[in-house]
Formats: sequence, C-alpha cells, structure tokens
Amino acid sequence: MSPQSRVLKVLNVISAVLVLAAFLMAMFYAPLEKVMGEVQRVFYFHVATAWVGMLGFIAAAVVSIIYLRTQDLKWDIIGLAAVEISLIFFGITIVLGSIWARPAWGTWWTWEPRLTTAAILEMVYLAYLLLRQGIDDPERRARFGAVYTLLGGLSVPLTFVSIRLFRTIHPVIIGNGGSETMAMTGSMVATMLFSIAAFSVVFVTLFWHRIRLGQFSNKVEYLKMKASLTEFTGTTH
Amino acid sequence: MLKPLEITKKPARNYSRAVMAITWKDLAAELRSRELLSSMLVFSLLVIMIFYFALELDVKARNGITAGALWVTFAFAGTLGLNRSMAVEKDRGCLDGLLLAPVDRSAIYFGKAISNLVFMLIVEAIVLPVYSVMYNINLFNPGLLMVTLLGSVGYIAVGTLLAAISVQTRTRDVLLPILLFPLAIPVLVAAVKASSGFLLGLDMSEITPWLNILIVYDIVFTAVAFMVFDYVVEE
Repeated sequence: MSPQSRVLKVLNVISAVLVLAAFLMAMFYAPLEKVMGEVQRVFYFHVATAWVGMLGFIAAAVVSIIYLRTQDLKWDIIGLAAVEISLIFFGITIVLGSIWARPAWGTWWTWEPRLTTAAILEMVYLAYLLLRQGIDDPERRARFGAVYTLLGGLSVPLTFVSIRLFRTIHPVIIGNGGSETMAMTGSMVATMLFSIAAFSVVFVTLFWHRIRLGQFSNKVEYLKMKASLTEFTGTTH
Repeated sequence: MLKPLEITKKPARNYSRAVMAITWKDLAAELRSRELLSSMLVFSLLVIMIFYFALELDVKARNGITAGALWVTFAFAGTLGLNRSMAVEKDRGCLDGLLLAPVDRSAIYFGKAISNLVFMLIVEAIVLPVYSVMYNINLFNPGLLMVTLLGSVGYIAVGTLLAAISVQTRTRDVLLPILLFPLAIPVLVAAVKASSGFLLGLDMSEITPWLNILIVYDIVFTAVAFMVFDYVVEE
C-alpha cells in the first residue's frame, strides 16, 4: 500500500482551510440580504456544491467515453469516483436548496426545472450504482457502467430542456428561480466566487482520494481471488 | 442460404436482410406462443381499470388525465415486453447463437428493437380503442397516433438497449424499469404533453416544441444505441 503523496497531503489541508474560509466569508463578510435575510447565506454553499456536482457529472460522461474507447479499467475507477462525488454533492445541493426554499418560496420542494432535473439525475446515479451491484465480472461491470453513464449524460440535458418547456408554457406561480433575479453586491459576488473556488479544490481532493480508494479495493479484490485460488490448489494436492 | 460472394457484394442489402430476419424470427415465435402480447395486453387493461378506481375518473377529470394515464400504461406494459423479449433470448442461450451469426452486431439490436416496437404498437392499437369505449372519449386523432408512434420509438430505442444490459445482471428484470425510467423521462414528458395538446385541441404552436423533443430524442438515442450496442453484447 502506497501512502498518500505529499501533494495530496497538502491538498487535504488546503481544502479544509478553504472551506472554513468560505464558511466564514458567507457568515460574516457577505452582507445581509435585504429581502430574504440570514437564510440567504446558504446560497453561497448551495451554488458551490451544485458546481461540484456539475463537474462530477461532466467528468463522468467524458470518462465513460474514454473507457469505452480504451477499455482500460483505470478509467472505470475514475468514472465511479466522479459519479459518487456528483451524487453526494447534488444531494447536498438539494438539501441546502430546500433550507433556502422553505422561507423564500414557502415550500420545501417545488417542481422547478433545475430542482427536478437534479432529482432525476440522482435517480440516474442510484440506478447506475444498482446496476454495478448486480454484476460480478469487473470488466463487464465497467462496460455496462460506462454505457449507462453515457446515456445518462445525453438524457439529463434533454430532461432539463423538456421540464423547462413544461414550466414556461404553463403559468409559473413561483418566480423563475431566485438567483437570477437576485441583485448581488460586490462582496456577495466575491463570496460566491470564493466558495466556488474553494469547493473546486475540495472536488479535486475528494476525487483523488476516491480514485485511490478504488485502486485499493481493486487490489483487495485481486488478492482475495489469488488467496482463494492458492487455497483451492493447496487442498487438491 | 447466402453465398459468401453475395455478402461482399451488397453489404447494405445484406444488413437489412439480417435485421428483417431477426425481426421475423421474433414475430413468428410470438405468433406461435402469444405469451408476450397476451401478458402485455391483460396487464394494460388491468392498469386502465386501476386508474379508474384510483383516480375516480369522472367526465371532467378525464380530459386532463387521459394522456398521462395512457402513457403510464404504455410505459409499464413496455417494460414487461422488453424484459420478456430479452429474457427469452438469454434463458435458452439464443443470444449466444445470435452473436455467432456473421452479421454486424447492431443488426441484432435493430432486429430486436423493431420487433419490440411492433409488439408495443399492437398493444397500443388495442388499448386506445378500449380506453375510448370505457371512458367514452374519442381517441381517434391523427396527431395523437403520430405522438404515440414517436414516443414508442424513443422508448423502445433506449429500452431495447437497457434490456440487453439488465438481462445480463444478477437482478435482471427488477433492474430494467429502474434503469429505463430515469432516462425515459424526456420521452414521457414530451409524449404526455403533446398527446394532451392534441386531445384538448390546442394550437399547433404549443404542440410543436414537444414534437421536436420527441424527434430529437428518437434520433439521438437510436444513433447512440447503434454505436454502443457492441459493448453491451461483447464477450
């Protein structure tokens, strides 16, 4: 087992410091929003986590194509890492969004395009994980997983378009999403950009860790197989 | 029998003949056993009846809900058929036999997809009139029929590919709807909206965007399935 490289160790510390700094900025540096009040501060992390989820989504789709072209199992580990990170971060985004939506829109949940698409994307990822669980052969698992993420990468944007159309043809009762109509001051924009940057670093760090974990679990799987094989040949002699 | 010379001479014709042969095999098998269509049909009729009790479809509610109820029925009956048509191939080792055939693998995909589409259209052709009679609503509308065709094509294009995947997993038939529904949402949303647009007699300008989504989905996913089917059956 190789220990964490020095760069990764440094990244761990930087990520922690940056997230803490982003938290402090959101809490104390950014001014109080006039209409929505304190709850608006959740917005900075909401946007940042959505950004990370989006990075994971794009990475997963691109990596799935690379895997299908190369058939190299290392890309499968990377793809799985991207999907898992995207799943978790979109989950956090939805929860943070709900916390904001309850006082702002008066409801925890609304069938707004972005929200609905995020929820459907979570379903696609859960289906992907269930699919992987049902296949033992690592090579086939990787192939099917890559095909499914590729299909998801194509269908989810179409889902977004169709749900958006769904809402614009019909009268929209709740405003077209708060963030666009929200007027932001300079320090608010700065806080938002800073937390996006901070979470991008977190994304890289987590991605790295998850890929390492995937490599270890592959190694364990391989060693187990080898051990059971030697045991088997040992008893037959 | 095909002579080898013929294969090299007319690849395009040979390809379409392979597709037709697979489709024909499925249709002939179904004509003799009738296990797939009969279960899809009975299932659809049951779903329609359950909708009546679950939603208390009175005259007023019907107009708004018909499109949704129809597409839920088609989607559920569709997964039933997709599962069965691939499971039959897998269980009796027919899929391996098909893969040994000296044809492009995507021909197998198109053959299966066309036969699945035919089964789905037959079910729809029976469900629509029955629904019309039971709920006293006229569903014979050229626009609605076109939407039904477009929606079914997209649904089957993705469904056939995913059925080929799910049949090779441990969880098998349980997995297909879980894989298929999140990806089929654009088709279902667009088909429901376009169908209800035609039924309510809305202006074409309100229906066209939905038809566009259906067409885009059909083209994109047929093309992608064509490209990736090799990876799904590769052994």
